[in-house]
Amino acid sequence: MKRYLPKINSLFLIAVVAGLSACSSGVKLDDVEAAKKSATASDSKFANEPWNDPASPIFKKSFYFDFDSYTVKSSDQGLINSHAQFLNSNKNQKIVIQGNTDDAGTSEYNLALGQKRSEAVRKLLSLLGVSDTQMEAVSFGKEKPKSLSNDEQGRAENRRADIVYIK
Amino acid sequence: MKIILRFVISILTFLAINTVAIAQMQIEITGVGQSQYPIAVTRFLNESSLPTFVTDVVRADLANNGNFVNLERGETEVAENAKPDFSMWSARRAQALAIGTVTALPGGLYEVKYRLYDVAKNQSLGGTSVTVDRNNFRKAGHAIADDIVQRLTGERGIFSTRLSYVVKNAGRFQLMISDSDGQNPREALSSTEPIISPSWSPDGKRVAYVSFESKKPVIYIHELATGKRIVLSNEKGNNSAPSWSPDGSKLAVSLSRDNNTQVYVINADGSGLKRISRSMAIDTEPQFSADGKSIYFTSDRGGSPQIYRMSVDGESAGPASRVSFKHAYATSPRLSPDGKYLAYIARAGGFRLQLMDLRTGEVMALTQTNYDETPTFAANGKFLLYATRVNGRQVLAAVSTDGQVKQILSIPGSVVREPAWGPFMN
Repeated sequence: MKRYLPKINSLFLIAVVAGLSACSSGVKLDDVEAAKKSATASDSKFANEPWNDPASPIFKKSFYFDFDSYTVKSSDQGLINSHAQFLNSNKNQKIVIQGNTDDAGTSEYNLALGQKRSEAVRKLLSLLGVSDTQMEAVSFGKEKPKSLSNDEQGRAENRRADIVYIK
Repeated sequence: MKIILRFVISILTFLAINTVAIAQMQIEITGVGQSQYPIAVTRFLNESSLPTFVTDVVRADLANNGNFVNLERGETEVAENAKPDFSMWSARRAQALAIGTVTALPGGLYEVKYRLYDVAKNQSLGGTSVTVDRNNFRKAGHAIADDIVQRLTGERGIFSTRLSYVVKNAGRFQLMISDSDGQNPREALSSTEPIISPSWSPDGKRVAYVSFESKKPVIYIHELATGKRIVLSNEKGNNSAPSWSPDGSKLAVSLSRDNNTQVYVINADGSGLKRISRSMAIDTEPQFSADGKSIYFTSDRGGSPQIYRMSVDGESAGPASRVSFKHAYATSPRLSPDGKYLAYIARAGGFRLQLMDLRTGEVMALTQTNYDETPTFAANGKFLLYATRVNGRQVLAAVSTDGQVKQILSIPGSVVREPAWGPFMN
């Protein structure tokens, strides 16, 4: 959403100027909304947020890691490329990369391990030209497990880094 | 009459609901000292009308200490100035006797006065008097129990110190401040996001912690009396593992602003951030030594996590030295207040609490549980509190540094984690 802000602002400005020059009643915010709607009317419902479009190459935003591993799997390189491509052509779009661990080990050390996972994703995106100002790598460690099950499948689910697009 | 009765009942119902809403910590004593000192604590005079019985607090504290056994559980009140029947207490094998009186003072205050006797010598060992309002009878009880421990063992008691811990229940995280026995809990912060790593300022007035409320780990300092807080560090990436310098002027923290997690020192007002560790690996969980000159920390620079020590001026002032060698995985260093012992968590079968004598390097396992975490020393260095799992429940546990006295502190139906034991209050 943020990357459309300049557009909204300029539309708003035009409306303000138009309102002023006509010396008529004040600007109706509804007009701005209507203008915005018509501008995107031809696009699909995910136009503002293609990362939520199941058909988009950046719909998948989770990277899974092996036990005790902090390297992005080579099978995920294509996915990294897609996200890098999108971010490079949308320079105002920001992301947070959130690293996670399974529940083996102590909380602060796991927080640092989770950060190694988000950092691994960040570094690959950086190598593909994504600006540092667009990315922040953080960690939840073992504090926010996606799976609460204690079996290996649950743990594997939690050894993960997620890209979160900031709206 | 009926209306009045209904009114009374509705008030009682209201009180009952309020009591239930505050989850009570349960203490289960699972280990006691090898020899227990027999003492008799009689019911204090004039406390039957009070909301909290001071005597019960004193008795519970001495039981929690693990090195005392109270021989008097009766309700017979004995005044502080009464002449004790030494031959009777001697026949009951009591070595010490504590008797006391509660006196109402003007202005809603109460004086709680007690005296301690050596039964064998028929001699007073002194006593103390504490003045409190109606809400602080527990405080009076803790002060008297501390006085008893001090007079009988020469060691400063820890009953008047406080705990902080995090309670997780139904997707809500609460940072709680309680008495040393987990009772009398007050909520300092409530959040739908995790809260970890609370750390008490040396003066006991503030707690630093890591809150994920802005969807990333950020360090706050929270003033307990006012509830006011400041952001200590919100650098890009993770901000975590705060720990105070002994003089309270600085904190050591872990930040990932330079991409890998490294140790920094920062002034308590958030100014003067300075990186002190210099590795390509994880350096985290910094802890100041008792003299404030060194920082102990966890690092996996050697491949697996181990405890290291460096100068507070950083690795540029001299290389860090490795401290832990016994286990393949060692994290969460905590220094005893006198600086002589290092507690940490090692993978030894499960993740278990260890205690190292820093003089000899000898290491002793203090537990047999498998998920120990976040150890924290009592202010007198005689006890460690930590988080663990018992029968699948996430609880706090306390163990004496000789491994003998053991307790489990739990809240039924809730997860309790991230304990931090507060300092002595002067």
